[in-house]
Amino acid sequence: MKTATACFAFVLGCLHAADYVPIAGGTLRTALPLDGETVPVAAFQMRSKPVTNAEFLLFVLANSEWQRRNAPTLYATNAYLSQWRSATDFAPLPPNAPVTNVSWFAASAYCASEGAALPSWTQWEFAAAADAVRTDARHDPAWRAQILGWYEKPSVESLPDVGLHPANIYGVHDLHQLIWEWVDDFNGLFVTVDSRAQGEQKVLETCGAASLSLGDKENYAVLMRIALLAALNGQDSVGSLGFRCVKPAQ
Amino acid sequence: MSKLQFQPCCNRALLSSLLLAIGSLAAMSAWADATADLPVEIAELNAPPLVPAPITRKTPAKVVVNLTTEEVIREITPGTKYMFWTFGGTVPGRMIRVRQGDTVELHLKNLPSSKVPHNIDLHAVSGPGGGAPQTLIAPGKDATFTFKALNPGLYVYHCATAPVAMHIANGMYGMILVEPEAGMAPVDKEYYVMQGDFYTPGAFGAGGLQPFDMQRSIDENASYILFNGASNSLTGKNALTANVGDKVRLYFGSGGPNVASNFHVIGAIFDKVYTEGGLKYQEQVQTTTVPPGGSTIVEFVPKVPGNLTLVDHALSRAFHKGAIGIMSVSGEEHPEIYSKAATAKAEH
Ligand SMILES: [Cu+2]
Repeated sequence: MKTATACFAFVLGCLHAADYVPIAGGTLRTALPLDGETVPVAAFQMRSKPVTNAEFLLFVLANSEWQRRNAPTLYATNAYLSQWRSATDFAPLPPNAPVTNVSWFAASAYCASEGAALPSWTQWEFAAAADAVRTDARHDPAWRAQILGWYEKPSVESLPDVGLHPANIYGVHDLHQLIWEWVDDFNGLFVTVDSRAQGEQKVLETCGAASLSLGDKENYAVLMRIALLAALNGQDSVGSLGFRCVKPAQ
Repeated sequence: MSKLQFQPCCNRALLSSLLLAIGSLAAMSAWADATADLPVEIAELNAPPLVPAPITRKTPAKVVVNLTTEEVIREITPGTKYMFWTFGGTVPGRMIRVRQGDTVELHLKNLPSSKVPHNIDLHAVSGPGGGAPQTLIAPGKDATFTFKALNPGLYVYHCATAPVAMHIANGMYGMILVEPEAGMAPVDKEYYVMQGDFYTPGAFGAGGLQPFDMQRSIDENASYILFNGASNSLTGKNALTANVGDKVRLYFGSGGPNVASNFHVIGAIFDKVYTEGGLKYQEQVQTTTVPPGGSTIVEFVPKVPGNLTLVDHALSRAFHKGAIGIMSVSGEEHPEIYSKAATAKAEH
């Protein structure tokens, strides 16, 4: 609570501007091949940590339309920030834990307020392919097993702080093992929700985007991310779902 | 970063799906009229190995089925725990019992404490995906899906969310019985048993909380092959019970994801096997094969008291991986059928 109290006293000064780190971009072998198995990813910057409760509080204080009593249900269901004590008090949640129970619309508005945007799926997937020493660790069974472990742990009422997991090679923390994360184009992924559909049926169900043949079939952690995003609507809020933002490369 | 683009094919498809949507609105209101007069029942859902009561109705109803998806840590064998993904907190999920011609309104709720999304595909459904597309739900969400049970039989249901083999390997399956319109012959005892294969880095009974092992699952190298989700779910105090002379009916299914069952009861002969869960039966069967995502109904009458042993007759599975269960039979001895004492050896 100390941090929160300090924030009320020094609203402008208490939190550092969010830390964005450069990601060089390159060619991504994607789990969601829209046109061929690889996609080019241009250089961008990504928040090194997910947005926290304390950061999101400042946002709703400055943008009262995003306080939970004000947000229209079209943009946020009543699960929005439902764990907060009030519209402007995140207690009993810790200040440095990732903010969750935020809708896609609220997350997008937050990123815009920071001169940023939600990452695209391919940007998120590109950054999340890295471990501490490799830009693409996905072929490593030990690493895959380690990140897969999180999905089998029960959800917890109170999430740990951001930044406790070691940074990956770009300096980005918590892409795995802390929360689910919104992406900008989640509803354009058009994953057929029936994970076994193939061929023709899939093309029809997924029109609007290209057909989907799940690539990277042995990366179960990423397949679960895709399934979760496919289950969501933009106004939904989930207790284990937060977000981070990206900016164009400098 | 790739931008999503409309393909020419998709514009046409969008248009036709719009037209379809208008058509299906009309179809839906016609359907609503047809089901409005049906009596509404809330389905009785029992934890395995119990079976919902037989249906006495002679006319169709709308049956409301309330299922949850729950992720629970529980012993897979004494001393070793596993995070099961379940329908209703048990492996297999609650058995559903309806009558041919019933309209089933299925409500699926993914508990807020869940970590991952889930859905349900019922093999009793006629239509693409079996309900999976309509029911994909994030933690804390719910969905409703309605279908008509056109075909009688015993059908598997399961989660179909990616990665589907993992959801099933974690225990997300159950069965729905669609009784024929004419009903089923009464029996004395009915039980519900499903076999499933489980994959952990540690060997059988390695201890601790064992995670799911993706590679072993892909390799179909099971650590556990179990009846009803635990090595002791049908043994000891959990043994099934029957009396000598009872007509016993087992609703047996294979959840998989990978391993077919060679179902056998040591000490009994199946009088009837409704092969693959259908309407026709074979008689005088010792062992019957049940594929993953398939079922069978077996009937037999225990003739003498003692323990009958349910196994997968690929016996390494029974004796090393847990596929074993007991039916404890009480009643009068019948030495003319089965002489209990070993025949005295001739003495020299
Ligand atoms: Cu599931």
